[in-house]
Amino acid sequence: MRPADTLKFATGSLRGSPTRTLLMMLAMSIGVAAVVVLTALGEGARRYVVNQFASLGTNLVIVLPGRTETSGVGPGLMSGQTPREITLDDAQALQRSRAIKRFAPLTIGSASLSRGALNREVVVLGSTSELLGVRHMSMAVGSFLPQGDIHDTASICVLGNQMKRELFGNEQAVGQWVRLGDRRFRVIGVMASQGESMGLRTDDLVIIPVASSHQLFNTSGLYRILIEAKHRDAIEQVTKDAESILVERHNGERDVTVITQDAVLQTFDRILSALTMAVGGIAAISLAVAGVLIMNVMLIAVAQRVKEIGLLKALGAPAKQIRQLFFAEAALLSGMGSVAGLALGYAGSFIIGQIYPSLPVSPPWWAVIAATVTALGTGILFSVWPARRAARLDPVAALAGK
Amino acid sequence: MIELQKVCRTFTVGDQKVAALRDIDLSFGAGEYISIMGPSGSGKSTMLNMLGLLDRPSSGTYLLDGGNVTDLNDEQLARVRREKIGFVFQSFHLVPRLTAAQNVELPMILAGIPVDERRSRVQELMRNYGLSERADHRPDQLSGGQRQRVAIARATVMKPTVLLADEPTGNLDQATGWEVLKLLEGLLEQDITLVVVTHDAEIGARASRQIHMLDGRILSDEQQTK
Repeated sequence: MRPADTLKFATGSLRGSPTRTLLMMLAMSIGVAAVVVLTALGEGARRYVVNQFASLGTNLVIVLPGRTETSGVGPGLMSGQTPREITLDDAQALQRSRAIKRFAPLTIGSASLSRGALNREVVVLGSTSELLGVRHMSMAVGSFLPQGDIHDTASICVLGNQMKRELFGNEQAVGQWVRLGDRRFRVIGVMASQGESMGLRTDDLVIIPVASSHQLFNTSGLYRILIEAKHRDAIEQVTKDAESILVERHNGERDVTVITQDAVLQTFDRILSALTMAVGGIAAISLAVAGVLIMNVMLIAVAQRVKEIGLLKALGAPAKQIRQLFFAEAALLSGMGSVAGLALGYAGSFIIGQIYPSLPVSPPWWAVIAATVTALGTGILFSVWPARRAARLDPVAALAGK
Repeated sequence: MIELQKVCRTFTVGDQKVAALRDIDLSFGAGEYISIMGPSGSGKSTMLNMLGLLDRPSSGTYLLDGGNVTDLNDEQLARVRREKIGFVFQSFHLVPRLTAAQNVELPMILAGIPVDERRSRVQELMRNYGLSERADHRPDQLSGGQRQRVAIARATVMKPTVLLADEPTGNLDQATGWEVLKLLEGLLEQDITLVVVTHDAEIGARASRQIHMLDGRILSDEQQTK
């Protein structure tokens, strides 16, 4: 029997019982669609996190005051000390490391921002000109904080896009004065709108020179130092350098924490990949269930078509051919089920993508391949027994319908 | 041509052994017209299944066209059935979802014959059997006589050397039955060995060689010369 004829015959017998065929395809396609949609969701979550980190900056090393232990209670807490703060001079000392491309000290606080009668409570970032590059931000109008002495307490500020709109509407903001806390600041630039990154909306911010923020909030410490390594391979060196420089400046006490964005990112990546796999695996169970269903229905089909099998044997079909016919049927069923399931899964992912636009939902290629292969595999695997049963039928008894 | 030597067939029913065929010695020549008659349980159906290689002898030897087919494996048996043996059944055994033409084509599909050749042979046979207009009808749209003609077309499409008919007129009224019988008898001109199993003496009497069976033995084997 030619392969094309085998396929045609199998198609014919599938068409012969359309309800049964459709139901089996449905079971198969739901399984495949479940794998596709669930892994698409997991993958979407993973990419969302990766994107968030990427928008934070690349090759980033973050220094924060205090020693964060991975477990237990930090030593500072036990002795009732607050950790020593990181000062601007500490930050400047980092320039000694050759692996560092640039760094931006960061303070954070909140103050009331007002212009005339308009008043807003805003998050104020204190930093330097380097922040723009380190955080991959861009300007809409005017300029960012100027380069120069880190201790310069100029009364200038850069507004987030939304802040500008709320205070100035369509008016020109650059060159105007606003009041921030108890000081007046001149607006020198407006940030481009760039949405959220790591929970901080740059659109709502006001950015002022770091020394000015120290005055404004009457502090001297830094919230973070963001360091950008020269390249990816330099991250480790930067981590070491930053730690050793700061430990040295803090009289040998290790009271700073240096984390790399990479390490955090990798952890998230690993967790979410594992989660995606797990969820995909759970969905794959439904494929196995569909396989059992196919087996069940195939067994019924064998029983229903006993006479036909007997006839085929009488007409000269060897057992092997009968088996092939049933395999072809199972393969066709699960093949068509997979295609329908993929279509369903992609449609589902698309709809989820429309509902949650910030989530980059798209099924990973490995899940698509795995779902299809599993569907075909289970379909054929679970048809082995029914096919063998059909092939082993005694032609005399089968023709008599027994 | 066909030779059975000391063929026995025993079935095990429960813990009892029942002999359906006992020491059968027979030989048929090409173009012979044989009827096998006997009451039910006489072994005539088992005999037919044996001749059609659907059943294997418990002991004894079966020679077909000079070759021993007793110990062939499944694949070889299927091949012999495909190429040398045609079956016509009492209940037609047409595949209900296939059209008349597709039913006739089925043995050639199993044999892997190319599409073009299949089509021309099916057309030729359908024409010969007056079924051209019914080629695209499904079995349930055909009359009993038409169904049996389709079945005969299917049985002969591979040009077999032996045609085995099991009560070919059993499900037909008398007039249609005679027509079908004549169609079968027409095949004798093509040197086909025709074996008809029946319990109807009138039909059996038409054969040139009449075999009566009882209890798995050949009771009589008469050659008629007309």
